[in-house]
Parts: sequence; structure tokens; C-alpha cells
Amino acid sequence: MTTSLLFFYFFAAVALISALGMVLNTRNTVAAAMCLVATMLSLAGVYLLLDAYLIAAIQVLVYAGAIVVLFVFVVMLLNLRSDAFPPSRQVLSKALAVVLGGYVMWRFLKLLPGMLPPEKPIPAGFGGYEAVAIELFTRWVLPFEVTSFLLLAAIVGAVVLAKRRLD
Amino acid sequence: MPLDVLIKTLFIVLVVVGAFAPVITWIERKQSAVMQDRVGANRANVMGVTILGLLHPLADVIKLITKEDVVPAGANRTMHLIAPLIAAIPSIIAFAVIPYGGVYHFGGTTVNLVVADVDWGVLYLFAIGSLATYGTVLSGWASNNNWALLGSLRGSAQMISYEVTMGLSIVGIFMCFGTLKLTDMAFAQDATFRVFGFLEAFGWLTPLPAWLSWVQLPMWGVVLQPLGFVLFLTCIMAENKRPPFDIPEGESEIVAGYFMEYSGMRFGLFYMSEFIEVVVIAGIVTAIFLGGWSIPWLSSAQIVAHVSATFGDGFANGFCMLLHVLTFFAKVIGMIWLQMTIRWTLPRFRYDQVMDLCWKIMLPLSLANILVTGAVILGIQGLTR
Repeated sequence: MTTSLLFFYFFAAVALISALGMVLNTRNTVAAAMCLVATMLSLAGVYLLLDAYLIAAIQVLVYAGAIVVLFVFVVMLLNLRSDAFPPSRQVLSKALAVVLGGYVMWRFLKLLPGMLPPEKPIPAGFGGYEAVAIELFTRWVLPFEVTSFLLLAAIVGAVVLAKRRLD
Repeated sequence: MPLDVLIKTLFIVLVVVGAFAPVITWIERKQSAVMQDRVGANRANVMGVTILGLLHPLADVIKLITKEDVVPAGANRTMHLIAPLIAAIPSIIAFAVIPYGGVYHFGGTTVNLVVADVDWGVLYLFAIGSLATYGTVLSGWASNNNWALLGSLRGSAQMISYEVTMGLSIVGIFMCFGTLKLTDMAFAQDATFRVFGFLEAFGWLTPLPAWLSWVQLPMWGVVLQPLGFVLFLTCIMAENKRPPFDIPEGESEIVAGYFMEYSGMRFGLFYMSEFIEVVVIAGIVTAIFLGGWSIPWLSSAQIVAHVSATFGDGFANGFCMLLHVLTFFAKVIGMIWLQMTIRWTLPRFRYDQVMDLCWKIMLPLSLANILVTGAVILGIQGLTR
């Protein structure tokens, strides 16, 4: 057993356990958010083992470091509890979660027996920022710029909405 | 080779956590005393020997360890206990990618004085830095105290805001050096450039007169990106939440902010992580903007060539390594001194001032810096004959 395989099992186990901890922990929302952070960090570890350095860094920087911080921020300010939601909505969301989770599980199980493609040698510079940047700014430059416009529209919208309440 | 990684890790942890951090608490007291015309830390003594107050860090540690570790009733116990660790760990592991020396060859073996020589070093620093927010957020929330919660809300808002500007302020450096790898940046800075060399390159004045080509500057980040240096230093100091950016602690407003319910060594961890971060900031700024381990106007190739002529190659590399490590830590000490001077000179900003400074002044300036840097690089490429 190689070291990277050991690391993979470790990160996978942490990811699964903390994901369960997040989903099952309905009593303490901040603890659930911290479980989400642990899941994301261990996923970043898995990405590192797959030589996807940029994705790993972005995973930690954006998801664990920025988005979940905002989650925690909102949770701390609102102090939400599970009884704040009407029971009908809870039933609906649970049913939807079961259906979606079942579908994803089914697809994975179909992939499982011997369907993994053979290992290919990794090209030089794979997973680094350079390869991604060249793809992003040559082949996909139009979608990239369109996305930036979308984000700009969202920012302006947020400012307008917040300002209306202030005025 | 795990053994040399282990040795390098031990070295950097011992130097930063074991030597620098305690001495910085002494520098903080002594420098503030000098600046405010006081006698300063001079009470801690062993049989009347005070060694300029250098025994104070030792007294601190003994005091913090022997104090009672209080968890307030109504606090979330687990979170309250792990929050100081989450605050302290990112600041220590950030040093993994900072090169404190170059690459040296001893016969067949090559010594690269950095713990992890990764291509995405700067991204690693930002990723680790963004995790430091959790220590602040969790400690305030878990304490179940309104002042602590206010402090942690202030802290997280401030840290998230300044992270954005910090990332943008350093893009100009990436454009200049064309890399995110900290060791490559240090190597790029181990050189000089002729200030008027562009006259020759553009074909405006060939050949360049000797007295003009004699004017040379080290190719440091601070020379190429002066605005980027100021912006980055301000942002990274705001990330550390020390004065003048200490509104999350703000003694006069919210008692002690996010760690007010902590005592004993858990408070000590917050305290230590701030000082470790001072060293880390000094290390990052040195590596990216101040040439890292390089000696200005004296490249490592020159040192090795001159020394190896009389003393042999191995000795030359070892001598060069020693000089470079000393240079790196001398620069780090200089940056620590600068941070301390800023900390004891400026009063605390008001909360809206901190946010205005970030979003209305520094963010547009860093964007303009990227634009101007790009235009200059394109212009140089276009005009060079």
C-alpha cells in the first residue's frame, strides 16, 4: 500500500464522516457548518492526490475560506432553529433529498464494477494554474467574460436592493 | 526525502515559534517603551538579573500555563476549546512555502531551503490565510458572550474584505515575475537591472553611456511594484488584526473582542498566534517584495564564483547559504520592526474607516495597479527592438 493510497483513505473517511456530521447535525447549525468545512478541506486533500493543485487551492480558498465563512456569518446573525421552517416544507425537502441522493448513488453504483478508465500518464503542467489559465483565456474567453458580466449584474442588484432598505 | 523535509520543518518551527515569537513580545514591550519614553519591561528577574527585560517572555509563559483555564457556563464547550487551535495552526503552517534560502549544491546533493517547493505557493498562502478567519469567528460565537460575538463579526467582516484586496494587490507581482512559485520569485529577485536600460532596448540611445548603465537597482518586488507593496502590506496587516486595525478587539468598545472569554494558555494561543503572524507577514513580504534571501547588488552566482576560486566549491556554497539565511532573517527582523513601529504610531481606526479604506480606496487602487502594470509590460514588449 502506497502512502498516497493511505492518504486517500484518510481524506475519504474524513470527508464522509464530516459530511454525515453536517447532514445529521440539525441541532447546532454552526457545528454543521464546521463539518462542511472539514468535508471541503478533505476533498481538497483528495484533489491534491489527483494532481489537481489549482482546484485544491481554490477549494480551500473560495469554498472553505470564503463561502462557508459567509454561511457561518449569516447563521450567527440569524440564530436559526429547525422549528423556524414549516413542517410541510421540511417533508418536501427531505423527499427531494432522498430522490436526488438515490439517483446519484445509482449512477455511481453503475460506474463501479470495472468501469474506471485505465490510468494515463499525466501531462506536464497538469492541474496547475498555467494550463487552466491558457484554456480559460483563449478557448473559453467569451463565456468567461459573460460570467463576469453576470457577476457584475448580481453585485449591482445586491447594492440596489440593500440601498432601497436604507433609504 | 522525508528526513531533510523534517529537518527544515523543525528548523523553521523552532526559529519562528521558539525564538522569534517570544522575542517579539519583548520587542513589542521594549520598542513601545522607547517610543513612549518609558523604561519598559525591566521587572522580571532571576536573582536580580533582568537581561534588559528578556526574562519577561519566560514569566509570561509560566503565568499563562499556571492560570486556570475557564470555560464559561453557556459556552459551546467543544468549539470553545478548539477555537484557539484553529486560530494558531494556519499562522504556523503558512511558513511551509516561504523560502528562507536558495538552492545550493554540495557535490552530488542539492539543498533547497524551503519546506515545500510548490508551484502554487502564493495560492497556498492565501488558502491558509483564509482559514484563519475560523479561529476568530468560532471563538466569538462559542463564548456565548455579546461582546465576543460582536468582535468576531467585526473580525470576520474585516478579514474577508481585506482578503479580496490582498489578492488583487499582488497580481502586479505575478505579472512582473510570471510565476506563483515563491522560490522562483526569490530567484528572479536575485538580480539587478539597469534603470536606464530601456533607452538601449527601445533603440533610443545606443550604446548606453557607461555612467548611465552604471545606475542599477536590485530587481526586488518593492522596486518593480511600489504601490503593490504598500497595498499588500496594509492588507496583510489588517488580516492580522493588530493596531491600527484591531477593531475586532477594540478594548475601549467591546472589552477584548472575540477572545475575551479565554484565559490561561488558550488566551496565550491567541496571543502567540498574533505574534507568529507578525513573523509570517514579515517572511511573506520579504519573500515577495524584498528579494527574499538575496543580497542586493551581489547575486549568488557572484558570491560562489569569487569564494570558490580560493576555498573550493563546497565551502563557497555553504558560505553562500549561511549569508543568504542571515540576510533573509535580517530582512524579516527589519519588517518586524516596521510593523511594530506602525503598531505603536497609529491609533485605532473607526470601523467604517477600516471598511472605507478597503473597499473605496485600496480596491480601486489595486485594480488600477493591475491595469497600469499590464499596460507598461505590453508597452515594453512593443517598443523593444
